[in-house]
Amino acid sequence: MRVNPLPAETQLSWPERGAHVETVTEPMRLLNATARTLVGHLTRVGPLPDVDPGRLRASVTQSGLVGRGGAGFPTGRKLVTVAAGGRSVVVANGAEGEPASAKDRFLLANAPHLVLDGIQVAARAAGSRRAFIYAPQDLLDDVIAPALRERRDRVQVRMVASPDAFLSGEESAVVSAVQGGPAIPVTTPPRVFERGVKGRPTLVQNVETLCHLALIARFGAEWFRSVGSPEEPGTRLVTLSGAVNRPGVYEAEGGQTLEHVLSLGGGVRGPVQAVLVGGYHGGWVPFERVDSTLRMTRRSLAPFEAAPGAGVVMALPRSVCGLQAGADIAGYLAGQGAGQCGPCLNGLPTLASTLRELAYGRPTPGLVAEVDRVAALVASRGACHHPDGTVRIVRSTLRTFGYEVSRHLQGHCSASEVTVERGPA
Amino acid sequence: MSERLVIDWVACDARGLCGELLPELLTTDDWGYPLSRSADPSPLVPPALREHATQAVRECPMLALRLSRQRSDEPG
Repeated sequence: MRVNPLPAETQLSWPERGAHVETVTEPMRLLNATARTLVGHLTRVGPLPDVDPGRLRASVTQSGLVGRGGAGFPTGRKLVTVAAGGRSVVVANGAEGEPASAKDRFLLANAPHLVLDGIQVAARAAGSRRAFIYAPQDLLDDVIAPALRERRDRVQVRMVASPDAFLSGEESAVVSAVQGGPAIPVTTPPRVFERGVKGRPTLVQNVETLCHLALIARFGAEWFRSVGSPEEPGTRLVTLSGAVNRPGVYEAEGGQTLEHVLSLGGGVRGPVQAVLVGGYHGGWVPFERVDSTLRMTRRSLAPFEAAPGAGVVMALPRSVCGLQAGADIAGYLAGQGAGQCGPCLNGLPTLASTLRELAYGRPTPGLVAEVDRVAALVASRGACHHPDGTVRIVRSTLRTFGYEVSRHLQGHCSASEVTVERGPA
Repeated sequence: MSERLVIDWVACDARGLCGELLPELLTTDDWGYPLSRSADPSPLVPPALREHATQAVRECPMLALRLSRQRSDEPG
């Protein structure tokens, strides 16, 4: 069980995760291809065809698939780069350190053979003879190991357990863990696609990305692009949580509106003030901006400094103070640093405690300027993007809940005023 | 051909030598770590300071500095 810093209203409850996928009316692809056994899997999607590596790379590039782990890098370009390096390694990344995301866990638990097919496709396209699957120990034991025993794969896949930590899925941390080191980021360059596991070019791909690869290898680039928008082709998994009627993992067409994505989970429940998009390193979108024009695309979300990322969508109810929610997230992120880089190690706790004072303590006007000042000291000054991502959500919190900052400075909190409900006398 | 002074944040231990050698480019933050005076965290090294920058790279006790011709921020 992972630690979620947010108040109970916004938390995902584990048994509910993915429980409602059957109600989705989207063109389901990944969620239609779930099967725990190899026989079931083959019945659903058929055998993996033997496609020439060059054609496979061309097909993936043409599909327009981008990584579903958060960074959104074009998968085809990564494949071509790694393949050109020779003697490459493939790592399936199922660490999913993001507390508000459950899609990778869902895929590993319910579509293990699709993930494993994706590893074989990636290995073929990248010319790799070594592959790893990096995922939580319980899923390796309960699902992946039995699934691997059912298969006869060309490339043997070794299992490595991922620790439950926010940064355990960062790509250089993944490579470090696969090599037997700690699951924390290392200094780059070199990037892992240049020099990764044992110095070899390494393709680290999110498990959802691999599942899409497994389907593209079967049905082709045109099929992949036949849904979604030119900017966001295909489908993507989203994890809906917080104040939505049916929290869970859903599959949405690329480029859909945020409003539509929320409707997959039955829409929002009760009054909502903002939606967190892209996870704890993402950004808040004020709920009044969630309309028929706001799409789940990089371009549409750019004004909010948010991105589709790993598909996290969390609705914040009016009953929870946005400033406090942001402070909780910042506090969690400050505790999840790897402790390696001075500005992050010192700056994030300072940043988080300053925001906390503003949200929960006795705020003074100087605190807002202090948050800004420390944020600037932390941004872009680390080996990985953890300080940048933390600064992004902190700045987004102050921007989105500016009215709340003013309220707090006057000794009030809007959320606590909303929640004051008295029963019958 | 311009070069940037790149800090390896994992290696850097706030010893402060670089700041003393390159006060034109670096100051220190609240915790003693080198802080670029420009908007770019990896400051551009003008030709006049190249010698001092090279010396800082060579003498950093943590070997946490290097000169790079690459852009400081590559796309993910």
